[in-house]
Amino acid sequence: MRQCATNSRRIALRLSALLSLLFALTAPAYAVLPSEMLANPVLEARAEHIGSELRCLVCRNQSIEDSGAELAHDLRLLVRRRILAGDSDAQVIAYIRSRYGDYVLLRPPLEFSTLLLWGGPLVVLLLGAAAIVLFYRSRRGQSAPPPLNPDEQRRLAAALGEARE
Amino acid sequence: MSRRWVFVLPSALFALLVGGFYVGLQVHSDVLPSPLINQPAPRFSLPPLIGGQRGFSSADLKGHVSLVNAFASWCAPCRDEAPALDALARSGRVAIYGIDYKDKPAVAQAWIEALGDPYARIGADDGRVAIDWGVYGVPETFLVDRTGRIRYKHVGPLTDADVSQTILPLVARLDR
Repeated sequence: MRQCATNSRRIALRLSALLSLLFALTAPAYAVLPSEMLANPVLEARAEHIGSELRCLVCRNQSIEDSGAELAHDLRLLVRRRILAGDSDAQVIAYIRSRYGDYVLLRPPLEFSTLLLWGGPLVVLLLGAAAIVLFYRSRRGQSAPPPLNPDEQRRLAAALGEARE
Repeated sequence: MSRRWVFVLPSALFALLVGGFYVGLQVHSDVLPSPLINQPAPRFSLPPLIGGQRGFSSADLKGHVSLVNAFASWCAPCRDEAPALDALARSGRVAIYGIDYKDKPAVAQAWIEALGDPYARIGADDGRVAIDWGVYGVPETFLVDRTGRIRYKHVGPLTDADVSQTILPLVARLDR
């Protein structure tokens, strides 16, 4: 009896380990329909990569690959049409950006106007680090206390002796 | 003294940020600026709603100031702006053209007739031409000048106030 119970426990453990591994390996759930996908898997992978960089303008915090909106569907088809027409990834993104503006890019472009956006966190971090450095430097400037005279040393030893008990 | 400064600075920065974000929140941020302002309108040719009528193409936009209105019969705000568009059409101040966006032609035709047809021409679009105009929802309205350049874009339904305070003065400026 004990033998069987041990076995089934082992099986349960192995099964749950396998399931966990499988769940970890699943791809993100895209809204791309099978009918939209390109036949060529290399081109389709490019299309999905480009699409994941483009914002759905209806559901603003999703990419067009993730969004179920009609506009996202239309833009997914457009991305695939441009790829089939021979555009590079950069050209496809430029095509859509020229029509919808910078907001259609999920990652803001790195330009002079967005320097504050990209650099801001780093600047704040550096300011904080500078503040810490200055704070400790000002503390170190304080002079050490003068050494204890023999009477004070005896009192210190007595106090420490008491604390140890 | 540098000690106090070190504590005041982060708080001051934070206060500045809060102030900045508060101001930013007042701006109506869900309307996207169009990169097509002052660019030539896209080249397109759309079929008519009803066979036999001439459709709507970019050639129709040359030589006069035009209002291009993207709409659909399934769009509730489009219904809201119908009276303002109708009044504008009656005034005869500007030619109004329609892009019927992802719609059923027969349904759209009936819808337009019921609300008063302000359009000189209407093109039936499956969505591809609208993408060239940077349309991300309906209704959206564009003002195109005599040379065919987009000069203004309005997102959302047009109100009478929009027409009198923004559209008509701009039309007058572009007409000169």
